[in-house]
Amino acid sequence: MQALYGQLVVGLINGSFYALLSLGLAVIFGMLNIINFAHGAFYMMGAFAAYFLLNWAGLGYWWALLLAPLMVGAVGVLVERTMLQWLTGLDHLYGLLLTFGLALVIQGVFQNEFGSSGLPYAIPAELRGAQNLGFMFLPNYRAWVIVFSLVVCLATWFVIERTKLGAYLRAATERPELVRAFGIDVPRMITLTYGFGVALAALAGVLAAPINQVRPLMGADFIIVVFAVVVIGGMGSIMGSIVTGFALGLIEGLTKYFYPEASSTVVFVIMAIVLLVKPNGLFGRTA
Amino acid sequence: MQSRTITALLAAVAATALTVGSATAQDNKTVRIGNLSDQSGLYADLGGPGSTLAAQMAIEDSGLVAKGWKIDVIAGDHQNKPDVGTNIARQWYDVDKVDVIVDTPNSGVALAVNQVTREKNKAFLNSGAATSDLSGKACSPNTVHWTYDTWMLAHGTGEAVVKSGGDSWFFLTADYAFGHALERDTTEVVKANKGTVTGAVRHPLNTADFSSFLLQAQSSKAKIIGLANAGGDTTNSIKQASEFGIVAGGQKLAALLLFLPDVHALGLQVAQGLTFTETFYWDMNDQTRAFSKRFSERMKNKMMPSMVHAGVYSAVLHYLKAMEALGGNPGDGAKVVAKMKEMPTDDALFGKGTIRADGRKIHPAYLFEVKKPAESKGPWDYYKLVATIPADKAFRPAAEGGCSLVK
Amino acid sequence: MTSATHAAPGSAPPAAASGRLGARAEILAFLVMAGLLAALPLTGLIYPYFLMQALCFAIFACAFNLLIGYVGLLSFGHAMFLGTGGYIAAHSAKVWGFPPELAILAGLLAAGAIGTLVGLLAIRRQGIYFAMTTLALSQMVYFVYLQAPFTHGEDGIQSVPQGRLFGLFDLSQQQTFYYVVLAVFLIAFLLIRRIVNSPFGDILKAIRENEPRAISLGYRTERYKLMAFVLSATLAGLAGSVKALVAQNASLTDVHWTMSGEVVLMCLVGGLGTIFGPVIGAVVIIAMQQYLAGFGQWVLVIQGVIFIACVLAFRRGIVGEIIAFAQWRGAEKR
Repeated sequence: MQALYGQLVVGLINGSFYALLSLGLAVIFGMLNIINFAHGAFYMMGAFAAYFLLNWAGLGYWWALLLAPLMVGAVGVLVERTMLQWLTGLDHLYGLLLTFGLALVIQGVFQNEFGSSGLPYAIPAELRGAQNLGFMFLPNYRAWVIVFSLVVCLATWFVIERTKLGAYLRAATERPELVRAFGIDVPRMITLTYGFGVALAALAGVLAAPINQVRPLMGADFIIVVFAVVVIGGMGSIMGSIVTGFALGLIEGLTKYFYPEASSTVVFVIMAIVLLVKPNGLFGRTA
Repeated sequence: MQSRTITALLAAVAATALTVGSATAQDNKTVRIGNLSDQSGLYADLGGPGSTLAAQMAIEDSGLVAKGWKIDVIAGDHQNKPDVGTNIARQWYDVDKVDVIVDTPNSGVALAVNQVTREKNKAFLNSGAATSDLSGKACSPNTVHWTYDTWMLAHGTGEAVVKSGGDSWFFLTADYAFGHALERDTTEVVKANKGTVTGAVRHPLNTADFSSFLLQAQSSKAKIIGLANAGGDTTNSIKQASEFGIVAGGQKLAALLLFLPDVHALGLQVAQGLTFTETFYWDMNDQTRAFSKRFSERMKNKMMPSMVHAGVYSAVLHYLKAMEALGGNPGDGAKVVAKMKEMPTDDALFGKGTIRADGRKIHPAYLFEVKKPAESKGPWDYYKLVATIPADKAFRPAAEGGCSLVK
Repeated sequence: MTSATHAAPGSAPPAAASGRLGARAEILAFLVMAGLLAALPLTGLIYPYFLMQALCFAIFACAFNLLIGYVGLLSFGHAMFLGTGGYIAAHSAKVWGFPPELAILAGLLAAGAIGTLVGLLAIRRQGIYFAMTTLALSQMVYFVYLQAPFTHGEDGIQSVPQGRLFGLFDLSQQQTFYYVVLAVFLIAFLLIRRIVNSPFGDILKAIRENEPRAISLGYRTERYKLMAFVLSATLAGLAGSVKALVAQNASLTDVHWTMSGEVVLMCLVGGLGTIFGPVIGAVVIIAMQQYLAGFGQWVLVIQGVIFIACVLAFRRGIVGEIIAFAQWRGAEKR
């Protein structure tokens, strides 16, 4: 039983990353109708940004939590301005292909520079140590990951679903021409949305750095699981991605306890079932 | 009609090329060495570019270049993928005129290269891979397994741990040929010493987050968690085990395979007290210290040599000695390896030794313990010697390996 | 949600050039290609093993192109069929002692079977959702193979025996094997061309252009799409099976999603929806990997750059551009 609780907590930690990443994908998809294949690469860049800040500028974890998303988000803005915007009007699959190419370039460059093994990134002093929960030792840092990502997810949901800015965003998704008629600069909004989604990925990267180490391929395989999470949740629903992310983390944890062999496939099996029963995903709107 | 003449012509040209080739074979004084290693991944620090340097130093120290030989080293990155390794090996042998492949950590890749080398009749001097199958079931007349193997690790470290009271084990195993072999060989040792194995969990090669595997190990309640993994995987599991309070909870870690760069990466604070077996340490005697100093000065990151680097140096040196004794490169891998087995080995790093019929290089092994931070007198002063395992006890007896070359 | 899931004509798949070479030009091009490929190994200039690999990838790319170029479905999981073919062929040759022809047959049938299952799930969605579904399912297959005992996980299946084809041709002779691979490739190529130009192919193209209209004409488009999917998967399995015998191993590389991306790149470079495009794309990409192998991961970077360049500026691919150029010249003359 102890081990079950332990695996559930570990599942919840993984779920935090699923939620943060699928949230970013959902935000981008909602606005640009693009599946951002480079999301895993931006997640990795977030971790590297934290590493650079620490080793080149002497800025620790807390600064990284603030600066890394801004830096990587700026890269995202650049990418949208120089590349993605030229795809407007083309089939959305081109966006997938372009960001796939982008992911190869980014990961390749980092692999050339840093090899494919991990660079260590220390846990910040304030979050070292662990709590004895009775059934397991929960390292403080991992507890922090769960809490912090939950806060970020809910804040994002609030901004998009409950504020005026969010209302513009949602409106621009549905009827871009109409919003433009109100005098709102839709292309800029698209750019900033992409930058924001990318920044969320980078934030997840900073959070992951002390757990997963800083590795050029840390996002490469991980992002495929997140894609499955997005397909399960249905794209375009903010709350849907958050809930699905955490839930699938928990389910993975359960699987690790009851049948560890299936823990890496369970997300995909669930995806197949959801596709059979509800092709638009659990929270998806019918297209 | 015309095409047939062309084919015939080509065949004739090819035939002449072949005969010319064999006529000059004995005075062929060209040797090309290929360092096929993990150049950028989790084993790059223990093998990788350092092995190229070690081979280079062996060429220089052999003195053959001054005698008119042309010897060079090329490097390739197998990325820890057997198919990539096989492709490179095949192309090196077929197209790039490589005579011998050295290093090759990652047992899966090594077993594949072992096979290709035999097919093409070249030579394979393995230093980096651990699986004892290289001189057992998979032994080949073209292969020498130089530095260490899983049987040696299991008997060196495993036996010491069981005898000091660690009689129930749970394995954290890298899920490929190496991890499986190490788990198998250690299980035998534990059982032979009246210990029990309560279970094992397999993790993928190059894992970053060990938390769920460690929780499984924790709930096994075994006294010893045996780490049947290597390189970055080992250092990550040790670090995270301390994060999850596993050692504080009374369980002990046994790092079955630990290299100097791993200890360096962990730092003494985390690594202190770990016991493990190696066959080389830079600070053993004047000769090893002199070599290691030369080596680290030429390394980009000023790293001291690992036992894998030392093994590559020693193996290439002996290979070139055999070449010299043959009077030239015969272009026949099995012939050179046979000569290597015939001649006793002797070098600054491993001392005097031999190569057995099954391709196993024989030398002593050492049980080390990582020093406490207070005991360390300076950079890279990490190990203290606990026991020396004599050469005749260090490796699996030839008769038990199941090698077809042993009669 | 606007046009994301509609297969409206404008947003139709990134299929390219509506035009084709004339039938005579096509036959001529085919003969030149076959002649060139038959003569190349005799020159001794090119490493035959490399040519065999390139041909296997050419089959793979042609199979993939059947789906995207003529049905408009972008599968991002075709590696699972390549890998399945490879694993089953390797296993049956090595463990069950199948002769090469049966090993290849087993491999392609297995890929076809998996293709049927995956197809049934995946064709429920279109466009981007189809791509993600196939990607996720192929990753599931990847994890299954990672753990299944018969694949030997990370180690892969090594030292696969090549044997004698039909008991006659000794495939361990590189030259013999080369011509066998060439024959397989040419047969697969002609088969795909035949499919594309058949009434069945016309229906597929109608679905690509406007699915609702095809439905309104009474076609059960789902069935046609599934058939195309299974055909494509089976041919990809053929490529994988032959490749496993050529390389004498089967490994996780062939099931990984990067391989799925690579085949997209091959078709994109060569020209989506053109019959020769995938062949040229495959040769270009494999040659690049071969000759730039010494540059480590820069090969990946270059591939990524080509990807981006193709998407941004060069969507017709090499063959597509040639056809467009020829048509433009033709129009000039008139």
